[in-house]
Amino acid sequence: MSLYFNYLFILFKSQMQYRTSFWLLTIGQFLVPLSLFAGLYFLFERFGQIKGWDFYEVALCFAVIHMAFAISECFARGFDAFSSLVHNGDFDRVLVRPRSTIVQVLGSKFEFTRFGRLLQSVLVLVWALNNLAIEWSVIKAITLCLMIISGVSIFAGLFILAATLCFWTIQGLEVVNIFTDGGREMAQYPLNIYQKWVTRFFTFVIPFGTVNYLPLMYILGKSEGNDLLYMLTPVAGIVFLLPCLLVWHIGVRHYRSTGS
Amino acid sequence: MITVEGLSKSFKVPKRSSGLRQATKALFHREHTIVDALKDISFSIEPGEIVGYIGPNGAGKSTTIKVMSGILVPDAGTCTIMGYTPWKDRVSYVQNIGVVFGQRSQLWWDVPVIDSFELLRDIYKIPEVEYKDNLDLLVETLELQSLLHSPVRQLSLGQRMRCEIAASLLPSPKILFLDEPTIGLDAVSKIAVRQFINTINKEKGVTIILTTHDMFDIEALADRVLLIGKGSILYDGKLNELRNRFGTHKTITVDYREHAKRFDIPGTSLLSWSSERAIFSVDTEQTMVSEVITQLSNQVELIDISIDAQPIEDIIVQLYKEYQI
Amino acid sequence: MKPYSSVLKLRLLNGMQYRSAALAGVATQFFWGFMYIMIFEAFYDQVLHNPPISLKELIVYLWLQQSFLAFIMLWFRDNELFDLITTGNIAYELCRPCGIYGYWYAKLLAQRLSSALLRCFPILIVAFFLPQPYRMTLPPSFTTFLLFLVTLMFGLFLLVAISMFIYISVFITLSPVGSLLVFGVIGEFFAGLVIPIPLMPSWLQEIAYMLPLRLTADFPFRVYSGHIPQDEALMGILLQLVWLAILVLLGRIALNKALQKVVVQGG
Repeated sequence: MSLYFNYLFILFKSQMQYRTSFWLLTIGQFLVPLSLFAGLYFLFERFGQIKGWDFYEVALCFAVIHMAFAISECFARGFDAFSSLVHNGDFDRVLVRPRSTIVQVLGSKFEFTRFGRLLQSVLVLVWALNNLAIEWSVIKAITLCLMIISGVSIFAGLFILAATLCFWTIQGLEVVNIFTDGGREMAQYPLNIYQKWVTRFFTFVIPFGTVNYLPLMYILGKSEGNDLLYMLTPVAGIVFLLPCLLVWHIGVRHYRSTGS
Repeated sequence: MITVEGLSKSFKVPKRSSGLRQATKALFHREHTIVDALKDISFSIEPGEIVGYIGPNGAGKSTTIKVMSGILVPDAGTCTIMGYTPWKDRVSYVQNIGVVFGQRSQLWWDVPVIDSFELLRDIYKIPEVEYKDNLDLLVETLELQSLLHSPVRQLSLGQRMRCEIAASLLPSPKILFLDEPTIGLDAVSKIAVRQFINTINKEKGVTIILTTHDMFDIEALADRVLLIGKGSILYDGKLNELRNRFGTHKTITVDYREHAKRFDIPGTSLLSWSSERAIFSVDTEQTMVSEVITQLSNQVELIDISIDAQPIEDIIVQLYKEYQI
Repeated sequence: MKPYSSVLKLRLLNGMQYRSAALAGVATQFFWGFMYIMIFEAFYDQVLHNPPISLKELIVYLWLQQSFLAFIMLWFRDNELFDLITTGNIAYELCRPCGIYGYWYAKLLAQRLSSALLRCFPILIVAFFLPQPYRMTLPPSFTTFLLFLVTLMFGLFLLVAISMFIYISVFITLSPVGSLLVFGVIGEFFAGLVIPIPLMPSWLQEIAYMLPLRLTADFPFRVYSGHIPQDEALMGILLQLVWLAILVLLGRIALNKALQKVVVQGG
C-alpha cells in the first residue's frame, strides 16, 4: 500500500510538470459530463419524467455512475492505457521487478485530472440528494457507498479485461469502449427504461444494474420484498472483479509464453 | 551460478498478408509460420564473469535474455540461476538481478532521478542502510551528483545510461543483464560506461551478461564471448582464441621513398597504393608477415612499417558470413 | 488543385488500412445508436401533445448522427498537426509549395472523408433492416435526398473550416487537449449532438440558431427526415455558404497572423 502511494507521489510530480495542460484537462473533465447533465436536464424540462422516474432520481443515478467512473479512471488508468505499455515493451520491465504485476500496472498511471469529473458528479449528487425526500438511515447511507464502490469495481474490472486483450491483439480494441464508456452512458438512467434484453445483459453479465437500479429502488423506497436483498446487490459488482483478475493472470501467462 | 541446458523456444508468427482478400481470409483463419528462436542452447557462467553475448539481429539474443530474466517461459530446457528457475519464482528471483534495456528507460521521465531511485528502493524493499551505501558508492563512481536532481528528460543519453545502470545496481543484484548498454552513445560516454561496468564487476563481483553490436564493448569488457546465430550457440570461448582462429589477415602499412610501380606480392592483396605509401592485407595462411616485409625491403627503400591485426569487427562480419547467419 | 487531391487520395488509402479499427467503430456506433433510441423511446412513452420532433424523425436523426460521426465530431483530431505546431516543426510545412491553409484543410477533409466512407455504409445498411421501431427510414422524396446530400457536404466543409480554428488556437494555447476540449464540448452541444436542437428549451434554441455549428449536423439530418421543409432547406444551404465564406476567410487571416508570429520568433 505504501508503495502505491509512492507511485502516486511520483505520478503527481510528473503531471505537475505540465501545469497548464493539467488544469485545462481538469476543467475539461468537469465540463464534459456537465454538458451531458445539461442535456439530461433539458430533456426532463421537456418530458417531465421517464418511465416513472423523475429528474432528481435520475440525477442521483447519473451522479453515482459518473463518480464511480471518475474514481476508477483515476486509479485504474494504468489498465485503461495498457496497450501502450505492451506495445512499447515496457511490460517486460514490469516483469523484471519483484512486485505483483497488478500493483505495478495500477501504479503506472493515475489520472489526477479526473478529479474534475469527480467534483462535477459530487455536485450533482448533493443537488439530487437535497431535492429528494429520502428517509435516511445508516443502512441506506451504507448502500449508497456500496453502490459507488461497486461501480468502481465494475469499471476497474472492465479496464482489466480490456488490458488483458492487449496480450493477444491491440487491433480493434475500441470495441471495449462499448462496455466502459457505453456502460457509463447507459447507466446514467435507471436500467429499466431500456429493453428487457439490455437490462438483463447489464444486470447479469456486466452487473451495472446492481449499481444503480436495484439498490436505487431500495434507497428511493421503490423496492418490493426483502430490502436486504436489494441493499446487498452492489456486492455483485465487487464480485465481478474476481473473474477479471483471474483472466488477467491467464493473459500474463500467455504473454510470458509468447512474448508477443 | 548460471546453468542453461537444452533451452528451446519457438514462436508462432502470423503470416503477414496484404490485399483485401487475404485480410478477410485472415479474419477467419490465420496462417502461421513457426520460428525457432532458440534451438537447444546450453552454457554455464561462473560468478564474477563478464560474458559478451553477440550475434546478428534476430539471432535469439534477446529471447535468451528474456528467458534468463524471467520474462519468457521457454518451451523446453532448464535454466538454473542461483538456485532459481527464473520463470517459476519470478518475484523472488528478480529481486536478485538487474536488467538494463539500452533502448528503454526504467526511470520516470518527468521527475528528478533521485525520486526514481527512491521509488525503486521501495519496489525492491531495499533496507535504508544498504540503499544509502549503494547510492553513495554509485554517485561517487558514476559521478552522478550533479544529475540526481534533474528530471530524466533533461539528461543526455550518456548521462541517462549512467543513471539507468546505477538504478539497476541499487538493489545490489548478483547478476546484471545489459542489453545494448552503449547503443546510441557518443565515444566519450561509451568509454565511461565501459569503465564503470568493469569497476562494478571487479569491486562488487557482479556477474555481467552483455549483449551488444559494438565489438569494442566486447573487446573492452568481456573475456568470454557467446556467439549465437539462428538460435544456436556457434562459439563459446575466449575472445583471443576467436581472434586467433578466425583472424587470418593482418594489415601492413608501409611508407617508402618514391616508387612508381605497383607491387605484386604473392599471398597479399593491395588495399591502397600511392607513390609513397601502400597498404597490404596479408593472408597469414598463405604467407608470413616477415616474408612480405623481406620482399618489400628488396624492392623499395622503406621509411616506416606498421602491422595491425584484423579488427575484431571484421572477424565477426566474416564469421557471420561463414555461418551464413 | 493537384496537390490537394493527392493528399486526399493518400489519406483514403491510409485510412483503409485500419479495417479492424473501423469495424470496432461500427460496432460502437451501433451500440450508441440503440442506446439513444431506447432512451428517447422511453421519454416518448408518455403522451406528449405536439412533440417538436416525432420519434420516427428522431430515430433517423440518431442513425445519421452515428453513421456520419466523422463528419460532425470536432474532437476528431490530427495529432500530426498538433505536433507540428507545438514542437515548432511548422517551419518545414512553410517550405511546401502550396498554401498552408488549403493544404491542412485538404488533409483534415480527407481524414474525415476516409473515416466516414468506411463506417457509414455498414451502419446505414444494417439500420435499414432493423426491426421496428429501430429501423432507419428513407427520406420522403428524392429531392429531399438530394438536398440532404448537398447540406451534408456543405456541413462537412463548414465543420472542417470550424475545426481549423482548433489548430489555429493551439498556436496561442500550445495545449491541444485544452483547445480540443473547449471546442469539443461547446461545439457538440450546439451542433445538437447531446440533445437534438428541437428538444432544447426555446431560449437555448435561439442561441443554437445564431451559431454555425448546427448547420454541420442538426440541419442536414433534419432535412433528410423532412422535418425541415424543402424551401427552408434551400435557405439553410445559402446560410451554410455564407458561413463557409466567412469562416474560411477568418481562418486564413488568423492562420496567417499565427504563422507570422512563428516566423518572427524563428520557431
